Amino acid sequence: MPGNELLTMRGICKYFPGVKALQNVDFTLKSGEIHALVGENGAGKSTLIKVLTGVYPLDAGEIFMCGKQIEPHSPLDAQRENISTVYQEINLCPNLSVAENIFIGREPRKMRMIDWKTINKKAKELLNDLNLDIDVTKTLDSFPVAVQQMVAIARAIDIEAKVLILDEPTSSLDEVETQHLFTVVRKLKGKGLGIIFVTHFINQIYELCDRITILRNGELVGTYNTEELPRVQLISKMIGKELGDIQSVSKNEDVKSKEVYMTANNITSYGCINNFNLDIYKGEVLGFAGLLGSGRTETAEILFGINKPDKGSLSIEGKPVKFSDPSDAVNHKIAFCPEDRKTQGIIGDLSVRENIILAMQAKNGIWSHIPLKEQERIADEYIKLLQIKVSSKDQLIKNLSGGNQQKVIIARWLATNPYLLILDEPTRGIDIGTKAEIQKMIIELAKEKDMSVIFISSEIDEMIRTCTRLAVLRDREKVGELVGKDINSDEIMKTIAGGVDQ
Amino acid sequence: MTTLKKITSHHLFLPIFALFLLLLFNAFFTPGFFMIKFQNGQLYGRVIDILNRSSILIVLSLGMTLVIGTGGIDISQGSVIAISGAICCYLIGGSGSGEANVPMFIACIAAIAACAILGAWNGFLVSKLKIQPMVATLILLTAGRGIAMLITKGQNITVYYKPFTYIGNTIPGNILPTTIFIATAMIILLVITLKKTSIGMFVQSVGINSTASHYTGIKVNKIIFMVYVFSGICAGIAGLMESSMIAAADPNNAGLNMELDAILSVALGGTLLSGGKFYLGGSVIGAITIQTMTTTLYAVGVSSEQLPVYKAIVVIFICLLQSESFKALFSRIPENLKKSKLTEDKKVVMKV
Repeated sequence: MPGNELLTMRGICKYFPGVKALQNVDFTLKSGEIHALVGENGAGKSTLIKVLTGVYPLDAGEIFMCGKQIEPHSPLDAQRENISTVYQEINLCPNLSVAENIFIGREPRKMRMIDWKTINKKAKELLNDLNLDIDVTKTLDSFPVAVQQMVAIARAIDIEAKVLILDEPTSSLDEVETQHLFTVVRKLKGKGLGIIFVTHFINQIYELCDRITILRNGELVGTYNTEELPRVQLISKMIGKELGDIQSVSKNEDVKSKEVYMTANNITSYGCINNFNLDIYKGEVLGFAGLLGSGRTETAEILFGINKPDKGSLSIEGKPVKFSDPSDAVNHKIAFCPEDRKTQGIIGDLSVRENIILAMQAKNGIWSHIPLKEQERIADEYIKLLQIKVSSKDQLIKNLSGGNQQKVIIARWLATNPYLLILDEPTRGIDIGTKAEIQKMIIELAKEKDMSVIFISSEIDEMIRTCTRLAVLRDREKVGELVGKDINSDEIMKTIAGGVDQ
Repeated sequence: MTTLKKITSHHLFLPIFALFLLLLFNAFFTPGFFMIKFQNGQLYGRVIDILNRSSILIVLSLGMTLVIGTGGIDISQGSVIAISGAICCYLIGGSGSGEANVPMFIACIAAIAACAILGAWNGFLVSKLKIQPMVATLILLTAGRGIAMLITKGQNITVYYKPFTYIGNTIPGNILPTTIFIATAMIILLVITLKKTSIGMFVQSVGINSTASHYTGIKVNKIIFMVYVFSGICAGIAGLMESSMIAAADPNNAGLNMELDAILSVALGGTLLSGGKFYLGGSVIGAITIQTMTTTLYAVGVSSEQLPVYKAIVVIFICLLQSESFKALFSRIPENLKKSKLTEDKKVVMKV
């Protein structure tokens, strides 16, 4: 059972240019406990971890380890203070053997030569301790990710760790592998280690963790005992809306047509989404609600042909379709504004005009070039329509603000006259005014042009304001659909959490 | 001041300035450099020579420009030149009677088609198998001369068929070498293609951000494949010119290290080797500049063994000029001077 305080962080502040990443955050970890660190994207979880492991220097605050103040300046410093981290992206050497990976940098020596016998023997013992019986002389990449993760953990705890940080360890594991990991983590807990568990999976928090610390927008929301915090409360604290705090929202009109445009039948993509069924109607704004990692983006990417489903099928207006490339989806009048504007959306060194006509040109093909005059007319039209602020249409898109870049991407797709427009986090990192404009535009497109819109957002408020129907996802599965009056924050949170009783 | 800055920051400034420097140097130190003689109904002179030789490089660098635009590189061009010459000369044949076994036109087309296939091989490796361009084209760089050897059965084939020499020299009745016309035609053809199709925009788009291009519905693989095929075709045409100049196929030396000159031309022309925006005009002037430099160095008595050293110096110079951190270092110097002057002034004041 949880014992003494092992690690105390007090008044931690960390600033980045223009951003307060952490403001006055307190965090305590007891020995022999598994402590969940949760929060939405940008809440400050990874910043807190990076401050603790010495990746970022502190701007204010103090860290105590077993009552002694410490100031880690590098991950190596943190290791010396017995703080070990297993990162989400496994940072081992795939072409070295398992044993080498565990002992790299601190090889036991015999007469100044590396003592391979001891290395292999010790590695074997260490992994046996973690219920893993493998050939430690084989290279790491000959094993599945789950085993590699275990090796990373073995390495982390062999550095006489007292604090073990697991940063989203289960994001690439399946159910069985996750259970195995949990067994090991519980065993380590029994040995008196303090374990910080960063995850997006709600079920796993309740299965494994003793206490939960919630961060939101760089601030501490609170630390709670798991059994005293119902799921709904957890969700509402993460998102920042209290249950019962229902605002009266002017509802959108009900969708007039009940014509199905696109259907997803039993779509499964391993590690992304399971058994996903959905009808998308013409003229509706369909929201994908769910926490990060719930499979929202992955599902959208399948609908747009970026990833191919392992099982299941798609059909458009009753006819089955197969997308092997986004260009196939574009030819079926589907448009997709990706989540990461910078790396997936804009072509930075091209002009606003070129960025606007790009999708249209891609659809037309290489040989039917849109004449410059026509390009300029289209660019002007959409710059005016979406009120994009540019000094000239030949300005490079990379020099625009985030909101205007996003508008250009939306313009790019509107120019193709899509029947289905998928918007993944179109309002992230955008000022409030532009946000409202985009929301209004979404509603109008569905209403006036009978366009189907799939809208994905982490902000429940804007989902409520714009969506006529919501598909709720949790842990890579669709767990419910909400329509009409049911689209309110209480219902959404309940559905995300999986029922009010839990 | 600002107009000066505008001129110096133009992408054509560097190659034109370098060319100007070289010409200036030649005007003073190479006697008769600009002299053009009219003899036997043809123009002769160093300048014509340079244009003749640089035509090959221009054709090569056109292909290289598009490849580099997508963020790739094609280091197999030199070897493909050798293969092209080998195929063409093999088909025409080395019979002493001066007759062609296969009509020259067909031999040329066959050689260019074969080079297009070699380009397609490169394109396949890069676009489908996602092998790094440098490594993918390295395969043909090493294997290419071997293939050319196989075709010529390990020997140089000398062609006595007279019309074959017209490609790399002058057709009787013309006053300028044919190579200049070929290069000009290629430039015009490519410029029109880029104007009338979207290839240019797609190539840049892929080079700037291939993920976003893919997400926009551009067939990224197809674009990448196409530029390598085009690069192969360019190398094929260059190979015909090269082998025609010496009226022989020389698998060992034809086009040796020419891919590096082509890359240098593209870089000098202002196209970044990381891909994205490309400048065709820059590459053309770059190619002429490189050839002028080569000829100039030969003219002042630098041996062909020493030539690479001087080229390396030019490469270093270009890289420095394009490097952002070098520019920053350079622009800081006046400030630093000012600062040190200020501190000196302060010291003086304090002493007073």
